[in-house]
Amino acid sequence: MPYFGSEETVKDLKRALSNPNVQTDRLRYRNYIIRVIRSMTQGLDVSSLFMDMVKASATVDIVQKKLVYLYMVTYASRKPDLALLAINTLRKDCADPNPMVRGLALRNMCNFRMPGITEYIQQPILSGLRDKASYVRRVAVLGCAKMHSLQPNTEIDPSMVNELYSLLRDPDPVVMVNSLRALEEILRDEGGVVINKPIAHHLLNRLKDLDSWAQSEVLTFLLRYRPRSNDELFDILSLLDDFLHSAHAPVMAATLRLFLHLATAHPAVQADALLRVHGPLLATCGSASRELRFAGLCHVQQVLRSQPALYGNHYKRFFCGYSEPGYIKFRKMEILVELVNDENVALVLEELKSYCTDVSTELAQAAIAAIGRIGRTYNEKCLDILTGLLALKQEHIASAVIQTFRDLVWFCPKSSVAVCKAVEGCDESLQDDEGKQALLWLLGEYGEQISGAPYVLEGFIDSLKVELCSVVKMELLTAAVKLFLCRPAEMQDILGRLLHYCIEEESDMCVRDRALMYYRLLQSGVDETRKVLLGPKSDPSMTVLTGRPEEPVNIWASSFNTLGPLCGTVACLENTSAENSVQQLHSAEEKDGAEEFKLSPPEQTLRTEAIEEELSCIADAAEELNLTMGPPLSHEAFERLWLELQVAHQQALGIPRPAETLETLQAAFQLVKIQTLAFTRTDAVPWKAYMYSRAGGTLILAELLQGAPEESESIGNLLVSVKQQPENQQAIRSFFSVLTNVLQTLSSHGSQN
Amino acid sequence: MISQVFILSSKGDHLIYKDFRGEADKDAVSVFFEMVTALSGDQPPVVMSHKDLNFIHVRQGGLYWVASTKTNASPFTVIEFLNRLAALTKDYCGSLCEKSVRMNFALIYELLDEMVDYGYIQTTSTDILKNFIQTEAVTSKPFSLFDLSNVGLFGAETQQSKVAPSTAATRPIMSHRSEQGGKNEIFVDVVERLSVVIGSNGVLMKADVEGEIRVKCYLPTCSEMRIGLNEEFSIGRSQLRGYGTAVRVDECSFHQAVKLDEFDTYRILKVCPSQGEQTLMQYQLSDELPCAPPFRLFPTVEKDYGSRLLIFLKLRCDLPPKSTALNVSVTVPVPKGSLSLSQELSSPDQTAELQLKNKAILWSIPRFPGGAQLSALFKVEVPSLSSASLLEVGPVSMSFELPKQTCTGLQIRFLRLSPTQPGMSQRWVRYVTHSDSYTIRI
Repeated sequence: MPYFGSEETVKDLKRALSNPNVQTDRLRYRNYIIRVIRSMTQGLDVSSLFMDMVKASATVDIVQKKLVYLYMVTYASRKPDLALLAINTLRKDCADPNPMVRGLALRNMCNFRMPGITEYIQQPILSGLRDKASYVRRVAVLGCAKMHSLQPNTEIDPSMVNELYSLLRDPDPVVMVNSLRALEEILRDEGGVVINKPIAHHLLNRLKDLDSWAQSEVLTFLLRYRPRSNDELFDILSLLDDFLHSAHAPVMAATLRLFLHLATAHPAVQADALLRVHGPLLATCGSASRELRFAGLCHVQQVLRSQPALYGNHYKRFFCGYSEPGYIKFRKMEILVELVNDENVALVLEELKSYCTDVSTELAQAAIAAIGRIGRTYNEKCLDILTGLLALKQEHIASAVIQTFRDLVWFCPKSSVAVCKAVEGCDESLQDDEGKQALLWLLGEYGEQISGAPYVLEGFIDSLKVELCSVVKMELLTAAVKLFLCRPAEMQDILGRLLHYCIEEESDMCVRDRALMYYRLLQSGVDETRKVLLGPKSDPSMTVLTGRPEEPVNIWASSFNTLGPLCGTVACLENTSAENSVQQLHSAEEKDGAEEFKLSPPEQTLRTEAIEEELSCIADAAEELNLTMGPPLSHEAFERLWLELQVAHQQALGIPRPAETLETLQAAFQLVKIQTLAFTRTDAVPWKAYMYSRAGGTLILAELLQGAPEESESIGNLLVSVKQQPENQQAIRSFFSVLTNVLQTLSSHGSQN
Repeated sequence: MISQVFILSSKGDHLIYKDFRGEADKDAVSVFFEMVTALSGDQPPVVMSHKDLNFIHVRQGGLYWVASTKTNASPFTVIEFLNRLAALTKDYCGSLCEKSVRMNFALIYELLDEMVDYGYIQTTSTDILKNFIQTEAVTSKPFSLFDLSNVGLFGAETQQSKVAPSTAATRPIMSHRSEQGGKNEIFVDVVERLSVVIGSNGVLMKADVEGEIRVKCYLPTCSEMRIGLNEEFSIGRSQLRGYGTAVRVDECSFHQAVKLDEFDTYRILKVCPSQGEQTLMQYQLSDELPCAPPFRLFPTVEKDYGSRLLIFLKLRCDLPPKSTALNVSVTVPVPKGSLSLSQELSSPDQTAELQLKNKAILWSIPRFPGGAQLSALFKVEVPSLSSASLLEVGPVSMSFELPKQTCTGLQIRFLRLSPTQPGMSQRWVRYVTHSDSYTIRI
């Protein structure tokens, strides 16, 4: 940021700093140096004063020294030759009897980011590592890391590494943690600091002496350690137990993450830890710092993915405070939707209802959408509230309600009667495009039940010339044609006008093409049109897809206490740099995928263990063909892709469905890296299952179908349809072979029993 | 690990900028400011990323306190660190605002230099830091009439001079070299935050209390302090003690430095307070209040002839008669399209205004004595008034502070310093309850 008259300022400062009268007056001298730093912070380039500042560094005044060092560190990389002049003073200070001066000089000397500095700092660092003052040792240890980062490609000095490892036993806790940090940076190319059994136990035993920052960092380092036996594991867990209740949120979160990680194979232990930590986690959600509250809420959301029941009784803690900022309120509403159960539904809905008239339109609309989400389970209560809101006749509320209605009838068709009754006569209050689209969709879909539908459409068509949004126009076309099919007498004239306008006068290509398409479709006959437009609607058996199953803890445990949950999306987490330990964890977990297998509830473990051995050889095969699960695919994304893509391959397997329970089936597929997303109930006919996997850079979506009505000869046998993006025939072949193998193994096993 | 720390004013001026690792540009500061000002209301601002740099920030004292990192760090750690940095700044500079940060930037640089090295947090404890911090704080004393009120006529000791002025606890901790030095004071504050929802039928729907005991210490050295809480204080449901009214909390956690060996039997906390502010104990109570909620509201909302809406509010303060609620403000949402307001209030010090932007009436009452009942009549002109518009009135939210009150009933029995400090040492115990969120449905 250049400032007006900045050159004048620099000249003035230079004149003042070189004035001998100023130099003798300590306070005046220091004040000028403070002015230099102030200009530097504001973005002014004061690097031309470097020479004068080097002179100012030769002083006994520590405050002045600190300020000058701050200046030199900032500009050293730009004036390396001048910076070397300061080295002498700094090296002299490194031998000062006062440890504070020694530490200060060493720290700042190591902060000079210029290539030639290493030869000057090596000796002071090495003597600093053996200094008797812990303050200097702390600085020297991190100095090793700084030195390494200045010359990243040189060979690592093994004697220094050994020295750092031995400093892990230093009596000063900060020196110990700093050694860990330094080793981690120096050995990054070799996979970071090695946490073996003696080091892990040493760290665990020292944990109590550390301050909370160091504790949470050491706990993160311990994620890398894998206990050899169950006994050792439980010893460690009992040592960690106290820290779960720490008053410091960072320590609590780091401990929980370590707990979940260590107990990967013991779901009961994980559940217990989550239960015990729910108090402290709730406390962060009510913390005085808003940002901490937000972090707490995001992590509660993660826990809810596996244990929705855990916070059911505490729903009142997630009621929004009226002075809270929007981003906290949105999270709280999302959580409230997850927490709803038979007991609290009435109170939660009443609370959400009071947000619907909030000043902020975004908040009001989110509250309405939240009520809609609850409405998928508690239909009638929510419909009453939503219908009541329409009476307010406010644009943003009406628009949100209509959109919610549209989503609701798609999920539970039975609510359509009430929705149709409510929709009548609310068309005047809609102004925004999304609301109009939703209303038009409803009119097209349920036009038979809404008596005034043609007149509403007529209103839209009359104001077509002033309509700007092309999506609304397209929706209007679809709705008009659909309505024409069920109420031809009333619609014929209107539809004619609409098509005429859209084909002759419309300038938007998409709308014109759509109109032309409908026109030609209608030309080919009403029956044809009906077949195309009123084809099968949403499949009621697909409702399983919308219900979110409880995810195993291990899916999210590795991103707990990272920035991922706060960013909101998985994609964000992947973008962050790869150097951190999370990724290493991921790969470690993938290597021994067999452990994930043990996650299924205990009663099935026995059942599945017998199959496990047979499956493991298939799993090996799967690895050769590189089937991977990759990042999880949401139900919504799956559904979208499934509807978009064409069937790439369809094949009857000639194998009946295995008689295993659905959970076993799911676990078995997981072992060979096929993720199952949804099943219909066991006794449903036709029976369906949806799953996906990744191979060779493509995503494979598959549907298993048993007992499809039109293919009577194949009843009992499974039919597989595969869709893929992008296409890769080889991947499909390998997917099929793995799938067949698994099913064969499972069904042969089933018949043995 | 942290790459950079910077503090920005609300207008985006750079107040403090420190680069610890040299892995990110200084441009990051302006990138951050552009991102944070471009956010819309519903986007979560706490964590933002730009390329491979993550910004985490907190807002305190109207300033942005930002840390940037290239790793996937623990959000709890970074947020807590920034909060701690703000708290330390407040300790050292006396108050937290743009002006104090501007004036004391050299001190804050010094603090940062000792707190963080190469992006790793070294220490944040005041006890350790005070050995290294050499710069003295610069304070600006605002002129205040309250200061004059403490001076009695001809220097006589007045009643007021026995009460610590409200600004007493907002001065820098390192002032022992300045003229204020020698004033050995210790403040123990019990601060509770109340969040309440009262249903339209007057039933208490939700009542949570989050409380903490804070110590602010100006003693240069202090060996040990013993704080005695109510003896009938109990944690959890199972552990009720004695007869009569128990003081109960659900969850309770303590600062690392608190020694609890006498807590189980005598309810005594032992601690060696370090200079500056510390939270010794945090506690929560949910779904239950030992006393009546401080305010009850009896509203009547009706449609007058024409397009006028009548809102009649009777507000009763259920505090004990001797105590008073301060800075009470009542926010009543009104229907969209409300034009003007005429009001009848019961005393001249109250005010009421219609805020069109928030479509709400703001009724403020500077002092509200316990046991009193106030009423107000609001006539709102709403051209498009329909019977459905009545639904838009409510819920009413209130904010207030209750000095000398705790909702849980937690009291400090005694405060002992051992061994007794030589010279003048003053101990202050203060209680206050704030409304975190107080909502009454209509």
